[in-house]
Amino acid sequence: MSLLDATASQLLDAIAARKSSAVSVATAFLNQIAAHDARIGAFLHVDREGALKQAAQVDEKLRARQPLGKLAGLPIAIKDVVCTRGLPTTCGSRSLQKFVPPYDAELIRRLRTADAVILGKTNMDEFAMGSSTENSAFQITRNPWDTERTPGGSSGGSAAAVAAAMAPFAIGSDTGGSIRQPAAFCGVVGMKPTYGRVSRYGLVAFASSLDQLGPFATDVAGAAALLEVIAGHDPRDSTSVDHPVPDYRRTLERPLSPLRIGLASEHFAEGLDAEVAASVRRAADVYRSFGAEIVDVTLPHSKYGVAAYYLIAPSEAASNLARYDGVHYGHRAEKFDGLIDMYATSRGEAFGPEVKRRIMLGNYALSAGYYDAYYLKALKVRRLIRQDFDRAFEKCDVLLSPVTPTPAFKVGELVNDPLAMYLSDIYTLSANLAGLPGISLPGGQSSTGLPIGIQLLGPPFAEETLLRAARMFERETPWHTKRPSLAVAP
Amino acid sequence: MTARLTRDDVAKVALLGRLKLSAEELERMTSQLGRVLEYVDILNEVDTQSVEPLAHPIELANVFREDVERPCLSREEALANAPKTDGRFFVVPAILDVNH
Repeated sequence: MSLLDATASQLLDAIAARKSSAVSVATAFLNQIAAHDARIGAFLHVDREGALKQAAQVDEKLRARQPLGKLAGLPIAIKDVVCTRGLPTTCGSRSLQKFVPPYDAELIRRLRTADAVILGKTNMDEFAMGSSTENSAFQITRNPWDTERTPGGSSGGSAAAVAAAMAPFAIGSDTGGSIRQPAAFCGVVGMKPTYGRVSRYGLVAFASSLDQLGPFATDVAGAAALLEVIAGHDPRDSTSVDHPVPDYRRTLERPLSPLRIGLASEHFAEGLDAEVAASVRRAADVYRSFGAEIVDVTLPHSKYGVAAYYLIAPSEAASNLARYDGVHYGHRAEKFDGLIDMYATSRGEAFGPEVKRRIMLGNYALSAGYYDAYYLKALKVRRLIRQDFDRAFEKCDVLLSPVTPTPAFKVGELVNDPLAMYLSDIYTLSANLAGLPGISLPGGQSSTGLPIGIQLLGPPFAEETLLRAARMFERETPWHTKRPSLAVAP
Repeated sequence: MTARLTRDDVAKVALLGRLKLSAEELERMTSQLGRVLEYVDILNEVDTQSVEPLAHPIELANVFREDVERPCLSREEALANAPKTDGRFFVVPAILDVNH
């Protein structure tokens, strides 16, 4: 079995049965990174020493027949927006270039308890603001399927790492689609759980009512295994919800019957690439062939999603990023004249253009005289968007939709047109506004060989349903087995 | 809702957000933000008169913990990322005008 081509489940079994040592598994992925990442740019920091040490500890526990965590020996890449004690956490920003957190995020604590092996931190759009990973202060990440194209964003590094077989899974964060969109562009599985399902303690905040951490994997079972470990209530995150976490892997192979799949007419409007639309319709046919019922639903306010999101998210970001003032940590300017100038100069030097744009937009939308017309108005439209989904889920169990209007776009294509970049989030951001779970899985390929993702959305805490529905599709289709040519084991 | 966004507006908001922008950034920001604000005007089409704002998707309220001391960061850990420290405190420029 080629370690790089194995699924997460196969690796777990091989390690537990001592057919492959955790060290050999970690080494295989670390070597893949060393061989290919100069060209791809998925990682900001690789912790070779730390990863091999963790892997050796797993092997030792196996030798001593000690109990092992659920992800024992599995290498994982972490988006650099998650605090990892002792490892740099830059959020893709000059402002945190030298920041080394003194604590682990709850998600990291859970991964360590599960005996996962942390390979390193992946590249991202600065402070998770972007859809192409071009807004990183340090480097761009290239799509392993076509290195002239972006891997998507903001979790582009994590998606590219999994697509290029540098890690069997990865962690991303999703505020407006930042897991699902790169998953679609890179031909891997990516999931955003229900808001409150996964603790945000230690996740550097972008927009506190929208942010959620979630898994990337090469297959649905991998995503399910990772979700099981990271989901759950955390008293240190007052927005995490005290719902029991189902055993997602146990029910995964059970098809759903009856199953009602909703298709929203609003999702098939102008601007949607014909090949993407065709992939989604073909997916509906696959579900129909299982006996699922395809139901027409309507989401009348979906066309207002981008406008509402690009008022709410920047407003929350303006507040969350006020802490980067150069006082306790982060970048402080060398030259300034007094305290206020210290703040303004430090922040001016430390933040990239997209971050500045969103802080400005947010502060404007929240300022006296504009608050009602912009921020409050957007919050009211948000409730209407949520109500549309509630009504749709009375008629269907899951909603099937595109993830993105097009396959991966070229590096440089949208980065100078912020509004065009924002509009490309149309299919993903409504789920964040409404707090709903969504999964992106490989659903097709363009005529030029680029991955096309399909999205399933569900009501709150319907992750089990989503995973089972996704697995039904995956079982009957070849898309998740496709790999970009770079990912062949050396 | 659409007041034309002026360079002065942008400069004022930059000051509020403690962001020093170059003249070129100010110019570019004015036109880019202007376009976004024009776009979001589409929300005016929606009748929201009787709609409550949804600030948060799960509408939890008042999640408290017991007011009991727990271990926290050591002084060393807390100062480890400080841009300027004397080993005891974070060192910052004078906040009050020393001459008053």
